[in-house]
Amino acid sequence: MAPKSPPKATLEHSQSASGSAAAHHVEEHHYRSGPLRWLLTTNHKEIGSLYLIFSLSMFMIGGAMALIIRLELFQPGLQMVQPEFFNQMTTMHGLIMVFGAVMPGFVGLANWMIPLQVGAPDMALPRLNNFSFWLLPIAFTLLLSTLLMPGGGPNFGWTFYAPLSTTYAPPSTTFFIFALHMAGISSILGAINIIATILNLRAPGMRLMDMTLFVWTWLITAFLLIAVMPVLAGVITMMLLDINFGTSFFNAAGGGDPVLFQHLFWFFGHPEVYIMILPAFGIVSVIIPTFARKRLFGYASMVYATASIAILSFLVWAHHMFAVGLPLVAELFFMYTTMLIAVPTGVKVFNWITTLFRGEITFETPMLFALAFVVLFTIGGFSGLMLAIAPADFQYHDTYFVVAHFHYVLVPGAVFSIMAAVYYWLPKWTGHYPDERLGRWHFWLSVIGVNLLFFPMHFAGLAGMPRRIPDYALQFADFNMASSIGGFLFGFSQLLFIWVIVKCVRGGVKAPASAWDGATDLEWTVPSPAPLHTFETPPDLRGFKFH
Amino acid sequence: MRKMFALAGLLASLNGSYSMVHASDWNMPVGVSQVSRDVYGLHMIIFWICVIIGVIVFGVMFYSLFRYRRSKGAKAAQFHEHTTVEIVWTAIPFLILIAMAIPATATLKNMYDASEADYDVMITGHQWRWQYDYMGEDVTFFSNMSTPREQIAGTEEKGEHYLLEVDQPLVLPVDRKIRLLTTSADVIHSWWVPDLAVKKDAVPGFVNESWTRIDEPGIYRGQCTELCGKDHGFMPVVVHAMEQEQFDTWLAERKQAAAEEAGGVDREWALDELIERGEKVYATICASCHQAEGQGMPPTFPGLAGNQALMDDLDRHIDVVVNGVSGSAMAAFSGTLSPVDIAAVITFERNAWGNDTGDAVQPADIQALVSP
Repeated sequence: MAPKSPPKATLEHSQSASGSAAAHHVEEHHYRSGPLRWLLTTNHKEIGSLYLIFSLSMFMIGGAMALIIRLELFQPGLQMVQPEFFNQMTTMHGLIMVFGAVMPGFVGLANWMIPLQVGAPDMALPRLNNFSFWLLPIAFTLLLSTLLMPGGGPNFGWTFYAPLSTTYAPPSTTFFIFALHMAGISSILGAINIIATILNLRAPGMRLMDMTLFVWTWLITAFLLIAVMPVLAGVITMMLLDINFGTSFFNAAGGGDPVLFQHLFWFFGHPEVYIMILPAFGIVSVIIPTFARKRLFGYASMVYATASIAILSFLVWAHHMFAVGLPLVAELFFMYTTMLIAVPTGVKVFNWITTLFRGEITFETPMLFALAFVVLFTIGGFSGLMLAIAPADFQYHDTYFVVAHFHYVLVPGAVFSIMAAVYYWLPKWTGHYPDERLGRWHFWLSVIGVNLLFFPMHFAGLAGMPRRIPDYALQFADFNMASSIGGFLFGFSQLLFIWVIVKCVRGGVKAPASAWDGATDLEWTVPSPAPLHTFETPPDLRGFKFH
Repeated sequence: MRKMFALAGLLASLNGSYSMVHASDWNMPVGVSQVSRDVYGLHMIIFWICVIIGVIVFGVMFYSLFRYRRSKGAKAAQFHEHTTVEIVWTAIPFLILIAMAIPATATLKNMYDASEADYDVMITGHQWRWQYDYMGEDVTFFSNMSTPREQIAGTEEKGEHYLLEVDQPLVLPVDRKIRLLTTSADVIHSWWVPDLAVKKDAVPGFVNESWTRIDEPGIYRGQCTELCGKDHGFMPVVVHAMEQEQFDTWLAERKQAAAEEAGGVDREWALDELIERGEKVYATICASCHQAEGQGMPPTFPGLAGNQALMDDLDRHIDVVVNGVSGSAMAAFSGTLSPVDIAAVITFERNAWGNDTGDAVQPADIQALVSP
């Protein structure tokens, strides 16, 4: 456990822990009790917690679906489920993990931590914040309910390529579209709120280049969301019209263009994958300096690299479509731009490692997850670089090699960063340290499970196993059995994560205001647990030495 | 560029996999065409670049993690930027990428040059089978997975080529440039044979172009790689490459069979004869949606057994099979099945599973509908 020393930042307005707790004790009586309080809350910390709980629930539901998939793929042959249901599981697993687990997880962290890191009393638009959150449970209840509808739920993959998702889709697709519209509106409103907060509510004296990397990456992510979620809304509306109103946007028989669907989808979809990784970069850039007890190396280049990745993300979408029959010039253009992304991404990895170099490193659970992120995300980055090589991509495309690639960047990438963030900020949220011993067990079981789960997929894909198949040829059997064992190990290890969180909420070693001795950001100047209202008077940061 | 491929080969041989010409269990197959070997070379170059960078980056990282830990008494240094270092590690990856882009561009240009082909084959994806049309040769046929359902269900032992075997493979001559034109009759499919390094989407409304020149006779197996619905996993691609002479013999036999088939349209067919043929057509074409016992999978795929509305209306039954149902998964079969097969399958459906209409649909009537 890190020794607890007072925060390095000394602020004119920082309050003593006991004083503020007493002050807030009175105020909290204004609040309703019971479920209505959670339904009507406009407090960024409560909404942040709601998002995080929602994200964790979806992570478990989407994970259960993944385990059904892994169970079926444990051996060749059809044992557990039929192909129709298998396809619904792959589709729902992807949709729930992307839109229900990872994105709301990051939004929850943003809600909790952005006001605390910029010295704001709350999000800029608190009522909108409430609405953004409550759209999600409604959207996902509707989405999950499609599984019970006649003809079953969406079965066309999370990328829902037309015309499989229009002319050939089950009747429940209209509900899927409605659910996705709601989730999209939630994201757009959330992004507006985050931008408004960061640009308007920073404490006096905090310039943009003083913000933490977490705030910076979220600012850039929020702009990406505003730019691309409307494109998703457009494309699903076109689907809705094709299905219910007789148009032929994507129906070749009516003069439409199925490839147009893919261009629109991936114009949304590629920035979307960066939406799921940029905040992770921010989290890791905050955690590594804390536990290396050394300032982040290359702060400015981190900001510029994030911005470059965001801009490039609009210019690479067709690398998902190399096999679709694009003209040669387009293939070359998208191959070059995609390779280019390796440059700013490399800069980030080099900066993290140079931050570690000649530091004073300790290995608390958040640091373990952050370090695993650096290694395993980089492995996902390497396979991404391989996929960028268009001629080779003809062999990799739509095989398990791709599945391995994007799960490496999403699970030990994005998901590990969320776990790192949870372990890092739990002392601030609950006032208790998470159980370090259980945390380590959770970490090691997860890291072993996740690699056993996803690493063999590289080999299965290279040897020729296509993705999204319920049954496979005999030469892929060993890889799949290993993956399934890893999947169950990783999946059940997450019960430990839930236990750590519940235990931490209920009690544990008390955390001081500055829970980690290397932490210097603004959130560590408020008491732990953070009272319901913080920074009601903005702290004066003029002359404050940032990071 | 040849030097780079040679380098890749050298590096690959460390891996012990280069000597294996055919499908490797762990790595991308080297394949049996110049393009597939070029692609394999690119794959191995970029792989080793990643390995070398990984060793350096993770080496520095783990060195730091062991050397600079507090438990060993490390004290944090104070530096936090270094312009020269930052420029260097931005520039070096950029140069590596340019070096990588050059051979990749050359290979890609070659893959896109489908001109001056010796043969053209049109490949049409259907849910869930491939159709091959030797253009200008009047030879066309379907290629269905031939793995028995019992093997999939596990009641029978799985064969050597489980899920990767078909009733009629695509037969091609070696050492000839074959232009492959891909399209689809329904949803998007993707035609992939790893040993040829050809993967091309089959998109309805589009005709995509790719090509191959196979060096060695043999049987090369692949699969559909674009999710195309329920039986996406059961849509293998098998290419049988043979010497030109053998191929010529094979093609002549197929042409003769096609001519005989065409003659069958004009004669009167008996009910039993139609049912017998229709049963086979139903099993390969219709059963995946409408199911073996005609029970269907409502609401997407309606049942045929005991479907009284359909049995009462012969004209509609014929219309549905010939022209399809717009806006649904039911395809128009006039372009893909012969008039004899259409007549046979309709007759079978009207006389199976308790549908005892006694109707015998004559191929000549279908022929009249399809090409009046």
